Amino acid sequence: MTPTLSVRNLRVEIPTRRGVLTAIDDLSFDIAPGEVLGMVGESGAGKSITGSAIIGLLEPPGRVAGGEIRLAGERIDHLPPERMRHVRGRRIGMIFQDPLTSLNPLYRIGEQLVETILTHERLSGRAARDKAQRLLEEVGIPAAAERLSAYPHQFSGGMRQRVVIALALAADPQLVIADEPTTALDVSVQAQIIALLKRLCADRGASVMLITHDMGVIAETADRVCVLYAGRLAEIGPVRDVVKHPQHPYTEGLMAAIPSLAGDPDEKLAQIPGSMPRLGAIPPGCAFNPRCDFAFDRCRAERPDAYPAGATQAACFLHDATSAPPPEIAGRASEAGIRLVRAPAETGR
Amino acid sequence: MPYVTGEEARAATAPSDAAAGRGPGLLARLRDNDVWFSFTRSPITLVSAIVTLVLVLSALFAPLIAPHDPFDPATLSIMDSFYPPAWTGEGDPRFLLGTDDQGRDILSTILHGMRISLAVGFASVLFAMVLGVTLGLLAGYLGGVVDSVIMRVADVQLTFPAILIALLIDGVARGVAGPNSYQDIVFGVLVLSIGLSFWVQYARTVRGSVLVEKNKEYVLAARLIGLRPWTIMVKHVLPNVLGPVLVIATINLALAIITEATLSFLGVGVPPTQPSLGTLIRIGNDFLFSGEWWITIFPGITLAVLALAVNLLGDWLRDALNPKLR
Amino acid sequence: MLAFAIRRLVQAIGVMLVVALISFVMFRFVGDPVNQLVGVDTSPEDRAALREALGLNDPVLLQFGRFILRAAQLDFGISYQFKQPVAALIASRLPATLELSLVSAVLALAVGVPMGVFTGLYPRSWVSRAFLAVSLVGVSLPTFLIGILLIFLVSVNLGWLPSFGRGTVVDIGFGWTTGLLTASGLQSLILPAITLGLFQMTLIMRLVRGEMLEVLRTDYIKFARARGLSRRAINFGHALRNTLVPVITITGLQLGSIIAFAIITETVFQWPGMGLMFLQAVQSVDIPIMAAYLLLIAFLFVTINFIVDLLYVAVDPRIRLGGARG
Repeated sequence: MTPTLSVRNLRVEIPTRRGVLTAIDDLSFDIAPGEVLGMVGESGAGKSITGSAIIGLLEPPGRVAGGEIRLAGERIDHLPPERMRHVRGRRIGMIFQDPLTSLNPLYRIGEQLVETILTHERLSGRAARDKAQRLLEEVGIPAAAERLSAYPHQFSGGMRQRVVIALALAADPQLVIADEPTTALDVSVQAQIIALLKRLCADRGASVMLITHDMGVIAETADRVCVLYAGRLAEIGPVRDVVKHPQHPYTEGLMAAIPSLAGDPDEKLAQIPGSMPRLGAIPPGCAFNPRCDFAFDRCRAERPDAYPAGATQAACFLHDATSAPPPEIAGRASEAGIRLVRAPAETGR
Repeated sequence: MPYVTGEEARAATAPSDAAAGRGPGLLARLRDNDVWFSFTRSPITLVSAIVTLVLVLSALFAPLIAPHDPFDPATLSIMDSFYPPAWTGEGDPRFLLGTDDQGRDILSTILHGMRISLAVGFASVLFAMVLGVTLGLLAGYLGGVVDSVIMRVADVQLTFPAILIALLIDGVARGVAGPNSYQDIVFGVLVLSIGLSFWVQYARTVRGSVLVEKNKEYVLAARLIGLRPWTIMVKHVLPNVLGPVLVIATINLALAIITEATLSFLGVGVPPTQPSLGTLIRIGNDFLFSGEWWITIFPGITLAVLALAVNLLGDWLRDALNPKLR
Repeated sequence: MLAFAIRRLVQAIGVMLVVALISFVMFRFVGDPVNQLVGVDTSPEDRAALREALGLNDPVLLQFGRFILRAAQLDFGISYQFKQPVAALIASRLPATLELSLVSAVLALAVGVPMGVFTGLYPRSWVSRAFLAVSLVGVSLPTFLIGILLIFLVSVNLGWLPSFGRGTVVDIGFGWTTGLLTASGLQSLILPAITLGLFQMTLIMRLVRGEMLEVLRTDYIKFARARGLSRRAINFGHALRNTLVPVITITGLQLGSIIAFAIITETVFQWPGMGLMFLQAVQSVDIPIMAAYLLLIAFLFVTINFIVDLLYVAVDPRIRLGGARG
């Protein structure tokens, strides 16, 4: 079955006056029809840029410098602008973080909905208005008929995001990219919005790329998750496996850093020492190696591909059959739960 | 200018923190600095900076480098009047840009005139800056009634254009001082009137910064250990606000020069005995129709070039110091 | 909405009172009103009697009240220069200034807004860069210099258009004389209108461009693109509409400053308007005219500001309607 979205070796570059920065480096992943893929990483890891690249809205001078992006088998990464415009909205929808600034404050909600509907469908004005009202009802706005003539600032944050979702889904896209959809909302409302998004997409058979830095949201909502680090893939796999048995030292560190109610309240919160490198200062070899507990020589020299690591794939030499990590490191990694491709006992001593 | 956005790129172009270690020397860091970078990369800015420098220096050293002294009646001869520029057929090589109705060398009058224009311009901007910054500090720190009053006055004043205010102050000064003593204080009045029309921008900017800083914890801490509030404001707030103030000052300088020129042209500026560029243009205007165009056009061009160069510098400075565009 | 209007009205009255106070102080205390009205050989007894008759010995507050009352009835006293009622003098010159100002404003808008939109949408095209360069010159050149240069080029050298006066005017009743109905009147209007409007035009263009660039960077434009809206819908439906809202209000305010800047243009072109009269009043310290002009201008500004505020509320739904519900 053709994946809804297929990204291969994506490379996004940003030329600056000090040289070319590589914001996304050799990223590959798929999203199956109806699947929810979570895209996680720290601020600056490249999650939003990936989303923008896919929908063709990279801010200049950023550009897609390599790789392929395929939507249901067709290449979309270098379409002429007018054809890409037809893809946007109709086949790929995108929602952004802040619902207040996502909506034009000078136009009524109904006007903005009708405009979007009529861009993609030939309908009469009456029919478009009816559809707009149905959309509002579907996203759970009470008294939808009257709310059509309201302005964005007359809605609360959560309601506004519902409107945004209605707008993004108005033309029934196959893929919905949600860039931090709940970060700007109250905690009490976040769960509702996520659930709404998931339900609506499931009803329509649409795939979702859910970009967030909140692992909790991912754990609840996503089917698979992709972990980004410094513009590169760290780990990708089914949510349960990545969360419970992370196979990349970075993912493992992320999971360990999440405080748990069950943990000892006096125990210090675990932290990964150091910070993610800036785009202009990525170390040679594996980007994570300066902060990694299990780094060895090869990590500092070469860049790892994504190797199969049980149920997931991890870009770490610990999972490369041709690697030979020092036994001490191998031992510690094993204890941390990382299932090396060769057990320490097999290093032939 | 390359338009880079996103946290990624912004983080990447921040000054290198290899300085966390030994760090490169001051010169290297200066070269690396964003402001210098955009300065040297923009040819227009370089040219305007050079032009401004040349004009300012020639104005400063006018008495030394002017080929003639246009204000010494002994050196003037009515026989020398109305010479066109030296490169035209009827010109005289002694007077490069021609002479006016009294035999004064235009080049020399321009040099001296620029001096006056720049002097008044700088003085008024300085006055406006000191007044505005002080009032802004007071309004921001003291708050309450002082703040309200100052801001009210600022609002009222902002509804009127600078030229009107300057004219008004000038007229009143004229009436109060009487025609004779007015001549003595005319420069002071000019600086005062132009400066008074510009203080508001400084005050608002500084007040804004003070309000931001006032609520920060280090200010509270400083007050707790007994530092006087004025010291805090001067030591902490002023450095932060220096950048925007400088931008305002540069843009103001061009406007101040233009305002002074306008006032002089209208006849309510500097007296004809010490003409600025504006006065020269006014004098020359009378001869425009009878064909002696050079008397007004050359000072006009000088004024235009000066204002343009300063404006360009101000534009560049504003873009270079604007954190949003970096 | 009503509360807002009332509040602004009260503020407006407040500003008027302050200006009236300044005007009154000028009127009463700058120079001696009696000296201005009588000859040198009037006896001291007669002067004292005149002083009493004019009510100059009454309490200051009473005089201020009388001043305001008279001003409200458009009685501004007698001009020192012309020995005629100030109100009549101003009324006779008002049409000239207003016509010039309005035509300039229309010109500035008609050229500035489209140019601004174009340079905002296509910032990298060479046409945009050319416009921007010209606009920088327009902002840097003082108004009077533009006038002089235009006169020099068009009137003196090419002889296409007249360089002073209003041409033939037609009286259309209510004391309003217009130059718009005659060929010579229209011809005389062109150069002054361009001179007066050029500064505003470049200001508007830069403003519109800046707003446009700002708007095109917003999230809602990004979201509109993500929804696949056509470029036309985005640029003109969304971006333009949002750009024009603040622009409309600011240009309304600019109209006021056009009227004030008319002083300069009227001087250059000998245009028989209020501004020229005001300038002559400043030069000869004719206080009644100065005071009256000040009040009139303040009234105009305050009224324009008030209308603009109301306009803003009408156009921006965020201010007009209430806050968030459900």
